[in-house]
Amino acid sequence: MTAAPPVPAPIAEASRSEATARPGPLVSVTVAILVAATCIPLGYVVWGTVSVGWTRAYELVVRPRVGELLFNTVALVFITVPLCVLIGVTLAWLTERTDLPGRGLWRPLFVAPLAVPAFVNSYAWVGVVPSIHGLWAGVLITTLSYFPFMYLPVAATLRRLDPAVEESARALGSDSAGVFFRVVFPQLRLAILGGSLLVGLHLLSEFGAFAMIRFDTFTVAIFQQFQVTFDGAAGSMLAGVLVVLCLVLLIVEAAARGKVRYARIGSGAPRAATPNLLGYNTIPAVLLAIAIVVLSLGVPIWTLLRWLWIGGAEVWDFAELGNSLAQTIGLAGTAAIITVVLAFPVAWVAVRSSGLLARAVEGANYVTSSLPGIVTALALVTVAIHFVRPLYQSVPLIVFAYVLLFMPRALVNVRAGLAQVPPSLEEASRSLGASPASTFLRVTLRLTAPAAAAGAALVFVAVATELTATLLLAPTGTRTLSMMFWSWSSELDYAAAAPYAMVLVLLAIPVTVLLFRQSMKVAAL
Amino acid sequence: MRPRWSRIAALVSTVVVVLGATSCSSSDESDKLLIYNAQHESLTKEWIDAFTKETGIQVEYRQGGDTELGNQLVAEGASSPADVFLTENSPAMAAVEKAGLFADLDSATLDQVPEQYRPATGKWTGVAARSTVFVYNTSKLTPEQLPKSLVDLQNPEWKGRWGAPPTKADFQAIVAALLQLKGEAETAKWLAAMKSGATLYSDNIATLKAVNAGEVDGGVIYHYYWFRDQAKTKEMSANTALHYFKNEDPGAFVSLSGGGVLESSKKKDQAQQFIRFITGKTGQEVLEKGTSFEYPVASEVPANPALPPLDTLQAPAVDPSTLNSQQVTDLMTKAGLL
Repeated sequence: MTAAPPVPAPIAEASRSEATARPGPLVSVTVAILVAATCIPLGYVVWGTVSVGWTRAYELVVRPRVGELLFNTVALVFITVPLCVLIGVTLAWLTERTDLPGRGLWRPLFVAPLAVPAFVNSYAWVGVVPSIHGLWAGVLITTLSYFPFMYLPVAATLRRLDPAVEESARALGSDSAGVFFRVVFPQLRLAILGGSLLVGLHLLSEFGAFAMIRFDTFTVAIFQQFQVTFDGAAGSMLAGVLVVLCLVLLIVEAAARGKVRYARIGSGAPRAATPNLLGYNTIPAVLLAIAIVVLSLGVPIWTLLRWLWIGGAEVWDFAELGNSLAQTIGLAGTAAIITVVLAFPVAWVAVRSSGLLARAVEGANYVTSSLPGIVTALALVTVAIHFVRPLYQSVPLIVFAYVLLFMPRALVNVRAGLAQVPPSLEEASRSLGASPASTFLRVTLRLTAPAAAAGAALVFVAVATELTATLLLAPTGTRTLSMMFWSWSSELDYAAAAPYAMVLVLLAIPVTVLLFRQSMKVAAL
Repeated sequence: MRPRWSRIAALVSTVVVVLGATSCSSSDESDKLLIYNAQHESLTKEWIDAFTKETGIQVEYRQGGDTELGNQLVAEGASSPADVFLTENSPAMAAVEKAGLFADLDSATLDQVPEQYRPATGKWTGVAARSTVFVYNTSKLTPEQLPKSLVDLQNPEWKGRWGAPPTKADFQAIVAALLQLKGEAETAKWLAAMKSGATLYSDNIATLKAVNAGEVDGGVIYHYYWFRDQAKTKEMSANTALHYFKNEDPGAFVSLSGGGVLESSKKKDQAQQFIRFITGKTGQEVLEKGTSFEYPVASEVPANPALPPLDTLQAPAVDPSTLNSQQVTDLMTKAGLL
């Protein structure tokens, strides 16, 4: 049984062979343009390398500083990803397969750290331990911010696994540990790999969290280069190395997925597993759960409240705050709607047709989703300044960047929603005389609306908490919440930054709830 | 259930599109004078408010770092939307001047600024000044133990004991001065020693804070960060004191913040008026009386009484328009500091 990908593959396969398999010209052109657009960042890196010339490129890539960044970045990934696996799987097993007291309470608490952007988490830790810096600080903060990416898919998979296999293993004489490592763990492989990839890609593209604790990864160094040289050769060479790292991560994950599937005949019985009894281990397990929640939620919430308390009424400049909230909602909302609208043709092609276009869509989407925001932003600045000057420093350009960066989040949802619309309903509508457009509006759109809304919400929060691309591309006069937070906390005025951090967290809470609900729903299938 | 969803979606879309439209239209301010501002936002805001009050001219600004905005102007070339460029330091001004993007400043403006505080070319002018200092933790160092020269920090006894913010234009201006006074070989050697021997912070404030907390014994920063904190809570500087290198040492470098009018500007008269205003009496008094603690350089306005007078600092003579930001960036990139 396959696990992590949120797209119910069997349904998609079934509908692909249905009648409506040829996309019309409008859909094809839109999709083709989007696929072409996703090539801009990669094209920029290649063009940058070529225009710099091989000798200079070699000089800029093979130097001690790059070695240092490579060490930092790779060490970070190699330490943080396994830690996230360890924590995520342990917590998922505790909440799904044991009699841990208060499971209903722990589940949302283990997802809640997603509402705290990593740079806010970093800011919180700097507030608690001012001298915190370097690799281990980076590991601590990102582990606490990203372990839910592992917890969510693993817990969802555990809930879906038919407990009969585990029961058979136990009946054959295996103890709890044996059952876990020999029966459960192999079936979690895909969920763990998917989670690891997500954590890894976030680590490669994170900027704010590391800049605050003086830990230089590629993304941080590229940003510093930008601040010094604007659109310089050294920066684009570093971006090239970063892109290679991302591709390596994608390839490793794809290779590790392999072809082994844990297939079974029949759907099995959807029933709750008999929980493992923790017995004497209950107390350490509860302590672990408390420790994780205190570190990942307690610290940021406590620091935020403390700074708000220290800042008092003075830091609440409501005019500034209101203005930046309105700008954030405007930008994030516009980007969310456009992204979801554009996700429809792409999802339609992916779900309802096969062939070159469909494969190009999937491939392009896969690669762009993995490129850090700094690379995409740098590419768009360069392209706009050299080739499309009217777009330079404009709202459309930054919205376009958001669409490129966050299309996958909308797509995952819209695709899943679309896959569940039976083509026969659309056909019935057409046969009753409705036009394709009216069929789409009255049948397809209605059925996919919840999925589309979920996708839009995800994009909205991603944009609201985006920092790197926003800093590079923002039109003159733009001051979003994350920009304001960044500007204050860069001046180390933590109290003045607190209200912005608070509003960002509040904005992210509904979406975190949504994600949690979605993962629970998967379990009910 | 489903109709409700689509109604909610429609409602949300409407709200967002309206908000989006208003936020877009409010950022469309092409009728305003546009400053590319690398100076401290708070200082520029004070200048803008006073300028708008006096002239009625509306001003908008784009915030960034010295070299970032300088290079951005060079990349934008003749079609830049900017009218005025303000920096914290001279190298970025020199780079834009070298690219031929500045208009000549009005003679009325130049007459307000003494010759030593502006380049001979008259393409831009100093609008404020700041001095390099060595801030040290008073419980770690006594005055006798202080370095005699900025160059001494490359000696082994200072390894691991000092800090600086290499990614900031402020520090890069100091390196530019070092480069001009001591030459490329010396500078490269000093930067290499810095890479292995100094703790690198993200900016002046972080450096000051680290010195105050005793993470390092001392740091190379500009004077006004210390005075600002002293005037406020002393939270970041209570355990520290300032050491001026003086003696025309590279470490006594006084950096000029620059202001210039872009040749490509369509509002040159207003832009000239703005530079004339900030180098005039009212503009310079913002430096004397405000909270910036930067030095005034024009219209015979004295420094804030808390500061040692500028002419007592024995700064080395450096022609600001010859400071080479590109070479500094290259040297620092080579040293692995960037």
